[in-house]
Amino acid sequence: MTESSFSRKDMIAVLIFAAFILIVLPLALEPFRLNLVGKYLTYGFVGLGLVLCWGDAGILSLGQGIFFGLGGYCMAMFLKLEASTPAATKIQSTPGIPDFMDWNQLTALPWFWRPFHSLAFTIAAVPLVPALLAFVIGLAMFKRRVGGTYFAIITQAIAAILTILIIGQQGYTGGVNGITDLRTLLGWDIRTDHAKLVLYFISGGLLIACLLLAQLVRRSKLGRILVAMREREDRVRFSGYDVANFKIFVFCAAAALAGIGGAMFTLQVGFMSPSFVGIVPSIELVIFTAVGGRTSLLGALYGTLLVNWAKTTFSEDLPQLWLLAMGALFIAVVVAFPNGLAGLVQENVAPLLARLRPRLRPVPSATVDAPKQGAVR
Amino acid sequence: MFMGYSLGDLGSILAMQGFAGLVLFSVFVLMALGLAIIFGQMGVINMAHGEFMILGAYVTFLCSRLFAAYLPGAFALYFFLAIILAFCASGLLGMAVEWALIRHLYKRPLDTLLATWGLSLILQQVYRSIFGAREVGVELPGWMMGSTHLTEQIEIPINGLIVMVLTTLITLAVYLLIFRAGWGRQVRAVTQNRAMASAVGIDTERVDRLTYGLGCGIAGIAGSAFTMIGSTSPTAGQLYIVDTFLVVVFGGAQSLIGTIASAFTISQARSTMEFFLSGSMAQVLVLLSVVGILMLRPQGLFVLKVRR
Amino acid sequence: MTEPADFLLAVEGLTVSFDGFKAVDDLSFYVDANEIRVIIGPNGAGKTTVLDLICGRTRASAGSVRFRGRELTRLKEHQIVQAGVGRKFQTPSIYEDLTVFENLEISFPRGRSVFGALAFRRDEAVRERVREVASLIFLEPMLGERAEALSHGQKQWLEIGMLLIQDPALLMLDEPVAGMSVSERRKTAELLRRVLRDRAVLVIEHDMGFVEDIAHRVTVLHQGRVLSEGSMQHVKSDPKVVEVYLGH
Repeated sequence: MTESSFSRKDMIAVLIFAAFILIVLPLALEPFRLNLVGKYLTYGFVGLGLVLCWGDAGILSLGQGIFFGLGGYCMAMFLKLEASTPAATKIQSTPGIPDFMDWNQLTALPWFWRPFHSLAFTIAAVPLVPALLAFVIGLAMFKRRVGGTYFAIITQAIAAILTILIIGQQGYTGGVNGITDLRTLLGWDIRTDHAKLVLYFISGGLLIACLLLAQLVRRSKLGRILVAMREREDRVRFSGYDVANFKIFVFCAAAALAGIGGAMFTLQVGFMSPSFVGIVPSIELVIFTAVGGRTSLLGALYGTLLVNWAKTTFSEDLPQLWLLAMGALFIAVVVAFPNGLAGLVQENVAPLLARLRPRLRPVPSATVDAPKQGAVR
Repeated sequence: MFMGYSLGDLGSILAMQGFAGLVLFSVFVLMALGLAIIFGQMGVINMAHGEFMILGAYVTFLCSRLFAAYLPGAFALYFFLAIILAFCASGLLGMAVEWALIRHLYKRPLDTLLATWGLSLILQQVYRSIFGAREVGVELPGWMMGSTHLTEQIEIPINGLIVMVLTTLITLAVYLLIFRAGWGRQVRAVTQNRAMASAVGIDTERVDRLTYGLGCGIAGIAGSAFTMIGSTSPTAGQLYIVDTFLVVVFGGAQSLIGTIASAFTISQARSTMEFFLSGSMAQVLVLLSVVGILMLRPQGLFVLKVRR
Repeated sequence: MTEPADFLLAVEGLTVSFDGFKAVDDLSFYVDANEIRVIIGPNGAGKTTVLDLICGRTRASAGSVRFRGRELTRLKEHQIVQAGVGRKFQTPSIYEDLTVFENLEISFPRGRSVFGALAFRRDEAVRERVREVASLIFLEPMLGERAEALSHGQKQWLEIGMLLIQDPALLMLDEPVAGMSVSERRKTAELLRRVLRDRAVLVIEHDMGFVEDIAHRVTVLHQGRVLSEGSMQHVKSDPKVVEVYLGH
């Protein structure tokens, strides 16, 4: 790592965030609420990817739900197989296969389910399956210089296709209910409060590891090339770079991050369903990032936490108002604050600092620094 | 024979599914026409297009109720008034939205996408508050209900025929307006070079507002047509938005013929396949082939080669 | 006569048409190493299109572009750059959000693959080279500034610097002094002469004073074809040129 990779400000901002989610929240919240936060944090993985892909490289994917879902389904398939031992499913007409397969008259485990008996394979598949699909999509689109709005629409269509497919193929996927009734991970019951606490910390730790990794990418020359590409694609191309490869890379990286988030979601929430795959969840993931600030990694994470916290609070008390508030939020962020919370903080550092609570204080400094991508010294 | 159907049966099935596809085709064409004007001519992505359509559907629903309650004698004719009102309601709302929202975002096409998505959420919630979350259906006047028999086996629903005629008329009108009259030239001039268009005396703000309003108004008419094949609910529009965008992109966003041809291909493929496969698999296969073709030919099917 | 292979750049029979309109029509010309060649011609003569064709931005309908004996028309843009052709665009094309240093660093010819860029380290060799080029383009004091803060002329120089740092054997500049003050033009001419060692420069320019100042040879394009070629003196006295271009 060179001296320009991480500034002290960045490290402090990351440490504050780490302390916030790993110490403050676990102490302050009851287990049920903490589990909710854990769920939100899994969307944070997607946010990190979107900052790289959309904020930096300018590629808007409206299909991040696809990758989140794929990662989540990979994990759910492993857990479901573990829960479907012949002993546990002996009342089925074909014991040893997941219950929904039996309900749909399947008599043998489909071939693509078989490798998911192995935890090692599953852990590898969680980032790799989404990345592979992203690679195929990226190869087809970016090599042909399709980008911008067309790319957004195509990714959205793919999200729609995948949802319809999952819902339609009940026997293979569990249909609209998804894969439910997940119990143990290598014999360890994941439904207990204690297990959920442990999983929260694993998920939080992983998120911070991914945050640092994403930071590393942004601070490398590759990060600067992404920004350069967003501004002057032709100049980058005529400086000897194969622009498509960089787009494919960042799209795959975002997909892999989303996949990890999906797997952590499945573990903490205990099921996976098509309602996290389609158009609506995909676009919501974009909005979390937009609200936090599309060019700030930490901004995207705080934004995700904040919007989801608001969503839960509002939709418990005033569900009708929530959709209106969310719609208005979209519009306001896009029209008036394109750089989201991070941008607001950045533009009003001084006045805001005084009003912010102490634990949030170093955040502005990190977000101010982020768009500059590592100054020269 | 194929799946146990005789050749004659297959012919009738294709013909009848074809006519069933025609209504879907009409709704697609009307939706896609509006979107093609907004996206193809102005470069704006209107994710709330489905909600503009649903507004037209609700206006039609209200019309049918009002006529049934106060003018039962004229009920047979309410549909024609409903179409005009639907066009006006969606068009006016579109112009208001352009003024409040879209005009700030012409330089950021990706952001229009997000902002109009926010708009669609708001509209859905407004519909839900006014009309309730349940689906509502429109009562058709008696003369529009039946069907005519072409042959012994093939019958065509009359409402389907009416929608077809309506679609043809509107398509013709749009063609004349955008491609034959000076209006289309002005719209394209504004999109390509706002400053220059304004310098040669085009009122760019007026052109933008009317174009956006026109696109949304046609979506409103699509909503009127939609009431004949589906029931109206606050979120019904969202189901159509992806398909419609694919229709527009598939046909090549700037080409009217392309839009119609691709709406025809997609709707026909879907309704024909639906007879043999489950509805969802038909949809998956059609969407998948469209996406596949777009990956091979990203500029759409009907676009001229131009200098980059 | 020398063999075509001896030329640094040999353009032969180059043709491209847009919807039937031939923007460049059976064009041939040759550029030596260490030569400053200026292409002039009236608007629409196809000057920029010729540069686009050489650097791969536009694909030729027919003809060949050989560079150091290597055929360019089948290569992708980045491969052409890596083969040693640098291209400056008409309007300054730099990364406004990045600093001058970072602009030059991105153009430094190392770590051009995805993983190469990830592993790229800003070592002494990079800093050294960036400073060297920065002093050549008169921007050494501005290295830490964001590029959007530069004046128009400085942006033009920065883009030239971004090409120089790649050390191309052929430098193509599209109207490099457009919008520059008189003193900036003089400095640019001096800059071009200084960077000439071991490389050729192909320039499109409208400013005749500047052309006379720098050109070794001039090629006059008209309607996609070569109208005249030779020294500035020769071209100026060619009656065909006088008629279509310099005459009025």
